[in-house]
Amino acid sequence: MFSMKKVYKLEDLDCANCARKMEEAVQKLDGVEDVSISFLTQKMTITADDARFDDIMKKVAKTCRKIEPDCKILFS
Amino acid sequence: MSGKQKKMLVRILLCAVIFTAAACIPLPPSMRLVAFLVPYGIIGWDILWKALRNIAHGQIFDENFLMALATIGAFAIGEFPEGVAVMLFYQIGELFQDYAVGRSRRSISSLMDIRPDYANVERCGKIEQVDPEEVNVGDCIVIRPGEKIPMDGVVLEGVSSVNTAALTGESLPRDVEAGDDVISGCINQNGLLRVRVTKSFGESTVSKILDLVENSTARKAKAENFITKFARYYTPAVVILALLLALVPSLFLGNWWEWIHRALIFLVISCPCALVISVPLSFFGGIGGASRCGILIKGGNYLETLADTEIVVFDKTGTLTKGVFNVTAIHPDACSENELIELAALAECYSNHPISRSLREAYGKDLDFSRVGETKEFAGRGVCTVVDGKNVCAGNDTLMDEIGVSWHPCHHIGTTVHIAVNGSYMGHVVISDEEKPDAGEAISLLKSQGIQKTVMLTGDAADVGQSVAKNLGVDEVYTQLLPGGKVQEVERLLEEKTSKGKLAFVGDGINDAPVLSRADIGIAMGAMGSDAAIEAADIVLMDDKPSKIPQAIRISRKTRKIVRQNIVFALVVKAAVLLLGALGLANMWEAVFADVGVSVLAILNAMRALKIQE
Repeated sequence: MFSMKKVYKLEDLDCANCARKMEEAVQKLDGVEDVSISFLTQKMTITADDARFDDIMKKVAKTCRKIEPDCKILFS
Repeated sequence: MSGKQKKMLVRILLCAVIFTAAACIPLPPSMRLVAFLVPYGIIGWDILWKALRNIAHGQIFDENFLMALATIGAFAIGEFPEGVAVMLFYQIGELFQDYAVGRSRRSISSLMDIRPDYANVERCGKIEQVDPEEVNVGDCIVIRPGEKIPMDGVVLEGVSSVNTAALTGESLPRDVEAGDDVISGCINQNGLLRVRVTKSFGESTVSKILDLVENSTARKAKAENFITKFARYYTPAVVILALLLALVPSLFLGNWWEWIHRALIFLVISCPCALVISVPLSFFGGIGGASRCGILIKGGNYLETLADTEIVVFDKTGTLTKGVFNVTAIHPDACSENELIELAALAECYSNHPISRSLREAYGKDLDFSRVGETKEFAGRGVCTVVDGKNVCAGNDTLMDEIGVSWHPCHHIGTTVHIAVNGSYMGHVVISDEEKPDAGEAISLLKSQGIQKTVMLTGDAADVGQSVAKNLGVDEVYTQLLPGGKVQEVERLLEEKTSKGKLAFVGDGINDAPVLSRADIGIAMGAMGSDAAIEAADIVLMDDKPSKIPQAIRISRKTRKIVRQNIVFALVVKAAVLLLGALGLANMWEAVFADVGVSVLAILNAMRALKIQE
């Protein structure tokens, strides 16, 4: 399995505990090798299966929305 | 203050005024509930809304929900003022926290204010101001006095001094002229420079440094992982305790309202926020402060590990010494000093070896290459050639033995180059590397910090290595090591140290990558513009000063102390309020303090990690 590492900016991530919860939930998703969400730099660093990366990111976005609906992942 | 924060401030003030009025004016009981619900609505509507929304998503241990539950609970048992006050103080605390985190985030990023905003590119004879990302390799850029150098490149024209303080923490400016390399992120101080760009912006030193520091939060320290684990269990545990507290004693003792009231106190302090924010913030602050001094740390884990350093292992050449060879003695046996150095320089004139270069530099005059005939180089020994028709050999002891010339050793320590003409000994030249001016100070500082052992490894000869080690006060020295031998020595030292202590290896990052990765912490120095060093090491020193190592250790120990203070402080206050709450000795106000007050104090404490005293 080839994996890809990407860094995304997060917008309106207002609470440190939510960041922790999001990190925990994303880590459990299938295909996610490693993830780190930094409340301080407002960034998510994710390593996941390259072949399914876009699908995985959709799931990641959905998971994050569930925990902190105000926070958006910037995909640009 | 951001717009969001201002709005919150208005809500807080409005709520506070109405709340005070409602509390002071005697009201009939039917009006009282309404009078307190109004300020409650003003201050708490967003919390209530978020609580509802998150419950719909199945988030039961959500802070908003628990805060809503605690305050509504207070209303339900008739404690109206308490319900409003808790929500009010919670929001004040959150605002403070938000503001403090924003401030610290900004002050950390301002420390790393090295990103250039624009570049002046020469295009078609005109100078255009463009985004550095749009500049290509090979373009010519112009840097005026006072401007930031936007890209890495080579100076084509101009003389100036550049200030590297933002990258290295070094206040002394560096002089540059045509032909010198300049590094992005430095400030051009007094002359106009024309520079040919050698690296795209993405590859430039500035981008590399910013990436490295910003991504350092992704590598978490053990303390951070502990907090993450703790936070996972803390909230559910406190909520379950609250539930038990509301139900169990009441079954035996009755007095339901009192026990529910006590249980609500638990809900108010169910958020582990103080720890979840302040611990990563301390590490980030420490990393930010260190980067200000030219010490780049790749992750919180390395900053934490560095505090436990027990053994520091140094490479010699380029790390403790300058890595520049100089002629330190000329001892002729059968001619003048000038003749001897001229012969040596001529004999070695075709070689690119650092020793040959230092001989040519010591001679100082232009060499007439036509005087030199056929040259044979013997790797690791020296050269034999023809100068003015005479056979000249220049090299070490082994070469002299091979050509059958009798030589004598020198009392000076260093690399000795013997010179023989037509088979007779003419004398020798001694070349040595210089120790860095702050190397000795660095070693003694490390000792005063309680580092148990300093070790030097070198591929150099035994007498050279031992004399450097003795001068600098290094405890142990291992000489004549091949690169593989250095790894073996480090492995042996790793076994020797205690299990808690760590071993740091310091090298110049060029050919010691295997050792850097084998050590607990690999420190590479002199990284200005060297990609290899930035890749290989855990900690990167932008300049090549060994004295930055004790400074890095001091920063890491200070950060660790702050982290420990915050963890202990938050846990003790929370545990105390939980206990007092259960015994009926604490009220909800104190619980709110234990929640947000501790967060704010812990954040303020964490900010100390950012301040680095010289």
